[in-house]
Amino acid sequence: MIRFEDVGVRYGSGKDVLRDLTFDIKPASFQFLTGPSGAGKTSLLRLLFLSLQPSRGKITVFGRDADSLSQTDLPGIRRRIGIVFQDFRLLDHLTLYENVALPLRVRGYEESGYRRDVIDLLKWVGLAERVDAFPPILSGGEKQRAAIARALIDQPEVLLADEPTGNLDPSLARRLLRLFVELNRTGTSVVIATHDLDLMDQISARRMVLNEGRMQIYA
Amino acid sequence: MPERKKSDPQQDKVPDGKQPVSDEELLRDRSFHSIVPQDSIAGSALVLVIAIMAFLASLTLSAVVLVNDTARGWQSDIAREVTVQVRPIDGVDITQSVISARQIVGKFSGVEAVSVVADENLQLMLQPWLGSGFDLDQLPVPRLISVRVSRTNPPDYVAMAAELTQKVPGASLDNHRAWLDRLNTMARTTIVVGILVFALMMAATVLTVVFATRGAMAGNRHIIEVLHFVGAERAYIAGQFQKHFLLLGLKGALAGGVLAIIALAFFGAWVRGNEADPSAEQVTAFFGTFSVGLAGYVGTGMLIFFIAMLTAITSRLTVFRHVGTLDQSAVET
Repeated sequence: MIRFEDVGVRYGSGKDVLRDLTFDIKPASFQFLTGPSGAGKTSLLRLLFLSLQPSRGKITVFGRDADSLSQTDLPGIRRRIGIVFQDFRLLDHLTLYENVALPLRVRGYEESGYRRDVIDLLKWVGLAERVDAFPPILSGGEKQRAAIARALIDQPEVLLADEPTGNLDPSLARRLLRLFVELNRTGTSVVIATHDLDLMDQISARRMVLNEGRMQIYA
Repeated sequence: MPERKKSDPQQDKVPDGKQPVSDEELLRDRSFHSIVPQDSIAGSALVLVIAIMAFLASLTLSAVVLVNDTARGWQSDIAREVTVQVRPIDGVDITQSVISARQIVGKFSGVEAVSVVADENLQLMLQPWLGSGFDLDQLPVPRLISVRVSRTNPPDYVAMAAELTQKVPGASLDNHRAWLDRLNTMARTTIVVGILVFALMMAATVLTVVFATRGAMAGNRHIIEVLHFVGAERAYIAGQFQKHFLLLGLKGALAGGVLAIIALAFFGAWVRGNEADPSAEQVTAFFGTFSVGLAGYVGTGMLIFFIAMLTAITSRLTVFRHVGTLDQSAVET
């Protein structure tokens, strides 16, 4: 699905942030991406989301060499990859319903065609009661779940989540993890970047550990 | 969304204990908010800046049109009239000389009308220097004949002057060539200066509108990023902002342009209502009656359209540049 071969990243003339990364994200797989702060987790997520090009090495996404993708190809590829940002990135002037429906709206779909999907997804993440609320009045956990719902609405093949439980209490974090596991069972590959060891200990999943730009994988 | 959408009772529990919302309520029709926020302080400030610049640019344009028209009017008026002057000479009946001169001038082709300036009018012309109640016949005051000529087919001035000099003692022809040349130079200079002032005003307008639009766009960068990351095409994002900023530009430019037209109408009314006032007379001499005519209105309309388009295009280019940055700034190898 996504394959990295000897990938390295260096910003400017500084030292390598990531080096010699070789791994696969297989279909319907579940993995944690972890490592100390500054280890390069966010850079790796950006590589996976194609918003960063590597300094060297080769990335293959859905069978296509990332180097050969043009600006016009990127939106189509991104629709197959959902991303949950650490800072949620919800639009404050849109309701929760509109935020979740945004990926479908920008594709020009008729609202009547996806209304039930959005409502079902909001129910699934436990936000049906907040459907017409605006993000500024939502709690951190609600925003996080809304961001997850937005990432999932177009049924991506891969979900990337950057510290999705970073600011949540342990019970809410477990609840979110359960959402991810349930999602993974439906066939979506999940990559969760976190340094929360308790969270990782709750399920048996592949761990990709970054340290000083290098990766070790524990099955 | 097949399996995962089946509601999990645990998840459906309402956190604060309120009654769950019915499906009917959840699935009701909703109106969508615009993707670009409609009301923002930056947007209102941009409308105000655009209105001010459109007002100033429209006034400048109208002033250039007015001065241009007036300058051309001077040229046209003076080019359509020549004057025959008959000086009094001892022993010669000046009244007879004036009649002869009038007949000679009248027979030339290209002459449309000949009229002798009446003694009363001459007295009025000399009144500022000689006061009232003087006898024109007691003074060596030349008599004047005003000759209206065709602009397209003017008479042969050389032949006219020669015949007048030969047949009427003391007669001479003044075709105002010296005045006309000076006026031409002045009119051309006025027009060039007007165009330069308008060009500078337009440059200031373009720069102000571009920078104000980019400033207003800066507050919307997070929206561009979110749209980009949820897979929106660059053209779609640009289209959303372009539409929004076109409306802002149109609103501001229309307000400024219409205010400028109202201001001109107000000045025109003031001039017409104070025709006897010397200051109004001077203003009229330079700007005419403040009637900009079709050219002024069409120009203002084009200006409004241009400013609105400039705002929209600036927002579009800003989106393209920012999206390009999102994808390419990371290529720091």
